[in-house]
Amino acid sequence: MTALLDVREMARHYGAIRAVDGVSFAVQPGEILGVIGPNGSGKTTLFNAILGQVRPTAGQVIFEERDITGLSPLLLARRGIGRTFQSLQVFGGLSVRDNLIAAGQEFRGGRAGRLFAAPDAGLGARAEEIIALFRLGPVAALRAGGLSYGQQKLVDIAMAFMAGPRLVLLDEPCAGVNPALIEELMELLLRLNRAHGGSFVVIEHNMDFVMRLCGRVICMAEGRILAEGAPAAVQADRAVLEAYLGA
Amino acid sequence: MTRWLALAAGVAALVALPAGLKGYGVYLLSLWCVYVIAGMGLNLTVGYAGQISLGQAGFLGIGAYSAAILLQAGVPFLAVLPASALLCFVVGLLLGFPALRVQHHYLAFATLGFNMLVFLVARNEQWLTGGTFGLNNIPRPMILGWRFANRVDFYHLLLAAMLAMAALMAWLLRSPWGRAFAALRDNPIRAESVGIDTTFYTLMAFAIGAAYAGVAGVFFACLVGFIDPAPFGVSISLSMLLMVIAGGAGRFFGPALGAVVVVLLPEWLRFAQDWYLAIFGFAIVAMMVWLPGGLLSLPDRVRGRA
Repeated sequence: MTALLDVREMARHYGAIRAVDGVSFAVQPGEILGVIGPNGSGKTTLFNAILGQVRPTAGQVIFEERDITGLSPLLLARRGIGRTFQSLQVFGGLSVRDNLIAAGQEFRGGRAGRLFAAPDAGLGARAEEIIALFRLGPVAALRAGGLSYGQQKLVDIAMAFMAGPRLVLLDEPCAGVNPALIEELMELLLRLNRAHGGSFVVIEHNMDFVMRLCGRVICMAEGRILAEGAPAAVQADRAVLEAYLGA
Repeated sequence: MTRWLALAAGVAALVALPAGLKGYGVYLLSLWCVYVIAGMGLNLTVGYAGQISLGQAGFLGIGAYSAAILLQAGVPFLAVLPASALLCFVVGLLLGFPALRVQHHYLAFATLGFNMLVFLVARNEQWLTGGTFGLNNIPRPMILGWRFANRVDFYHLLLAAMLAMAALMAWLLRSPWGRAFAALRDNPIRAESVGIDTTFYTLMAFAIGAAYAGVAGVFFACLVGFIDPAPFGVSISLSMLLMVIAGGAGRFFGPALGAVVVVLLPEWLRFAQDWYLAIFGFAIVAMMVWLPGGLLSLPDRVRGRA
């Protein structure tokens, strides 16, 4: 089986600082890959280099057998890669429903067509589907910027799925989210994975979440991959214990 | 339903208003329409798409001068209107490019520089613009054999144009484009990551906003019949930005209310004679401090507190 995403020898240096220093890994279709590691180990920089936020110093990114190295975030979104950010990133002035439609509308038809399209861009039904899936019904008509942190986080993640991406990269989805919502989030991601064949790469510090969600885990330290394998094996790895998880 | 009734009543009032006004009143009302049209465009750029522009009066000037020149050359009004709007659209598109690279106060200065440039061209290129002497004898519009020479007739034409431009804006903002503009304003990085081409929408926000000012400029030239560089200076751009902010940036009726504050309020304050500008200035400072969301945010504030 060919990999959905193939990252080869990815590097991003800032002067003498090697934030990401020769990282290679692959994501198979339908796989959930976890990325763990201490703060400053290069996880987010790795994401940013893959997702066109920063230019990689070296390396290659192959998505669906095509080279996407250095493409802009806009083009990557159009290729079918969704993402969420470490910090909250919603359109605060728009309603939850409009946030979702905004996240999907540019994938249908041309620009001129959208000028003359229905106000919901024909995505009303899809938005309702996602709203139901993420249990956002009660707040769907409210301004996203006025919601609680946890609810905004859900909206943020829901937006990444609106356009039906074939790969989603999630940067710390559990950060600042209460335990009950973390359970809900896990359930959701597993459902999206099993029912819809969603493939994810998840950066996360919540080890319980990673252990239960991911089929495979890579642990980064100082810009390199320290260990890779099944969650339990990585968790028990000596080097990982020393660098990250502690004894 | 009540909203439509209120809107209809408002329009009826605007249609009937000149009956109770003298010439200067009708002129001020017409000027209000001009600024509402230009203000709607600026509201798109600033309020909806989250850019900043201190150059809207420059586009008003480009619209007015191009209209004056074309009308004097005998080009029919119905051809001048789209031509001037298109010219401003294209220049607005060009002004949008700096906005792709710089933001906030840097963009403010870039647009301010553009306005200065327009002002200097209007003042110095005498062969084209008449320089400080300006261009006069700009004819009132003639449409299908009907000349809108009478000031009330002209006001009604201008009012109709304003309503048409408002309807067009409402439609644009309701379309998926309106949502993309808001996404660009709220979070451009997130917008890119969900496939919204922020480059395209930034340019459109400037170009469409400029085209509105162009239309306003055409009517302005016909309204006053004589133009010189003065009404297109940087201070007028500041007044227009004030209109948008005072009315409520990103609110549909914001420019209509804001133009009342900027165009009519100083007139109403004339009873205070020498003090009127001071009172006006103080009122604006007070409003920015206590009502930064503009006058139209007042109902929300009251509701929020209740």
